[in-house]
Amino acid sequence: MASPFRGFGAIFYKETLHVRRDFGTLFFSLIIPLLQMVLLGFGIDTNVRNVNTVIYNADGRRESRELIDRLKNSDTFHVMRYVQNDHDLNDTIVAGRARVGIKIPVDYSDRLLHQTGAQVLVLIDGSDSSVAGQAINVTTAIGLDESLKRVLQDRAPMAVEMRPKLLFNPDSRSPNFFLPGLTAILLLNVTTFLTAFAIVREKERGTLEQLFVTPVRPFGLLLGKILPYFAIGFFELCLILTFMRFVFRVPIHGSVFLLAFLSLPYIFVSLSLGILISSKANSQGEAMQMAFLTILPSVFFSGYIFPRETMPWFFHAISYLVPASYFINITRGVILRGATLAHLWRDALALFAIGTFLLVVAARRFQNKAISA
Amino acid sequence: MKTPTPPSSQRSSAELAISAEHLVRRFGQFTAVDDVSFQVKKGEIFGFLGPNGSGKTTIIKMLTGLLPLNGGVAYVGGLDVRTHPEQVRERIGYMSQKFSLYDDLTVAENLQFYGRIYSLPADRLKRRMGEIIELNGLAPYLDRLAAKLSGGWKQRLALGCAMLHEPQLLFLDEPTAGIDPVARRELWDLLFELSGHGITFFVTTHYMDEAERCSHVAYIYYGKLIADGTPSSLREIPEVQPPGTIRIEITTPEVTRALKFARQIPGIRSATIFGQSIHALVDDHLDLNGLREELLKSAIAVAEIRPLAPSLEDVFVELTYKHQALTEAARG
Repeated sequence: MASPFRGFGAIFYKETLHVRRDFGTLFFSLIIPLLQMVLLGFGIDTNVRNVNTVIYNADGRRESRELIDRLKNSDTFHVMRYVQNDHDLNDTIVAGRARVGIKIPVDYSDRLLHQTGAQVLVLIDGSDSSVAGQAINVTTAIGLDESLKRVLQDRAPMAVEMRPKLLFNPDSRSPNFFLPGLTAILLLNVTTFLTAFAIVREKERGTLEQLFVTPVRPFGLLLGKILPYFAIGFFELCLILTFMRFVFRVPIHGSVFLLAFLSLPYIFVSLSLGILISSKANSQGEAMQMAFLTILPSVFFSGYIFPRETMPWFFHAISYLVPASYFINITRGVILRGATLAHLWRDALALFAIGTFLLVVAARRFQNKAISA
Repeated sequence: MKTPTPPSSQRSSAELAISAEHLVRRFGQFTAVDDVSFQVKKGEIFGFLGPNGSGKTTIIKMLTGLLPLNGGVAYVGGLDVRTHPEQVRERIGYMSQKFSLYDDLTVAENLQFYGRIYSLPADRLKRRMGEIIELNGLAPYLDRLAAKLSGGWKQRLALGCAMLHEPQLLFLDEPTAGIDPVARRELWDLLFELSGHGITFFVTTHYMDEAERCSHVAYIYYGKLIADGTPSSLREIPEVQPPGTIRIEITTPEVTRALKFARQIPGIRSATIFGQSIHALVDDHLDLNGLREELLKSAIAVAEIRPLAPSLEDVFVELTYKHQALTEAARG
């Protein structure tokens, strides 16, 4: 009985030739993820800093100026304008030139002196929730701190003091958090996309029909198609990790070899997905659109941008079906938390299972393929 | 063997390359292949004709195991395609309408690829490549990308790829569609040469002149096989040449008027224009000299009137009319 992998060697040989002939496509598919990485790595900073702030200081005495200095020193606010009336204060925010408006009333210093409770109005543009949240936190904290200083005697200890310590990413550097997740998304470019085209191209040329009349078996065909792109995908992963480590200086706390090893099932999944797309699509355009469809859930449901835990149950359930979810857990685990195989084997196993499932579905589609007359 | 030919279904499979019996293939409500039976003897060039969409490609796909049969049995090389599709594929070659080559691979790489697909050992692959290159005259183009070949050479390469594994039976689906007349002629010369080596060809085509070159011809019309035989035997079947009739060719500069006129003459059963002449089926007692005079009387110049053997096109036209008449009678 013929092996179910019949034809693997021949297809692999041929596919390698295709890749070598079409060096341009290969080059761009390797370079574009790196460019995206540079753009996103340098461009995105999730930490809220230097929020444009407008100030109406109706008091103007020493106490009020001290308060303004504290706000300035917080690193959160950037005072871009001083105004002299309520209307201008409001107007600057409505016009979008400032996100935060602070009004210190005429009697601020008097009330401090008489200890009758001074009030400061903080207007916040709520249209960006992360900016608004940060502005609320920082202004409240400054207010509280000012109050405590006045209530407590000098050098008296606070009754309760919280001392938060950030593990793994102590400086809250955005690249440290973003790039490990981004790796999962970028890899799709070279894996799912390239394989999605691999079989569709043969459909368009009519060579697939020709192959079906030869003794090639579905698994031989599919694995022969996948393997060259597996090597390319792995190479791209190494490029991305090198960039991440040496250009963006993201420290890798765990083992690089473990990371490389655990990326194999992810590459396998995304290649199988590409092959499945290829088996469904009838033209390269169609394959392109379907491949793009896989990007969206990988971005939004994988925890790359929004934490999976806070999703509504329905989307949380979907996130378990998105391969990138598992791989992002692996990359963040190894890179940021120094996790080991003992922590991550479940994710790797899940990826391997999904990949095998997709590949078998694709192979069956080819097996039952009745080419229309 | 000198024994008389036994009934078709019992004929020994040793001398048959293909034996198809009562093939049926449906696509939903539509019956694409309707109870089709035929046999292809080893070493034949079997021409399969029919209009577009009549089921030619479907039958090839059924015989190569690409499409399951909805009825009937098919033996290819003595093997049942339903139960042994893989073994069948090892023994046949197939060249699709589009010359399915890899454009970005060179001529040599295309050949090598198909050699590997059939798991030819290295020494045999080398020998076969040498033979194919020699036979198909591909030597000057070995390092050229397939994309850069002209239609005729693409087709020679595709043929080479399809026969690298030394199949005894080759399916060629419209091998000459869209290539120039010289390449067409050369391909047929090549087919005859290969046929001389004992290879059987199953060739679909639109071209009547190609049909004339086949050793056996079948004509399929919308799923029904309506003609099957050697070109010379088909010319003699009674539907084409009813007893008491002959075919004549009337050469005239005024074919349109002559046709109108001829169709009114009793004794002329049917008439069709062929270029500068009219082909007519007439009663054999019709006086040809009298016909010429009648035409001249109506001021139609006649260059020549002569008897004519029916062409295969005549055969297929007559059979199609008859088939249509039968179908309508069955409906009415």
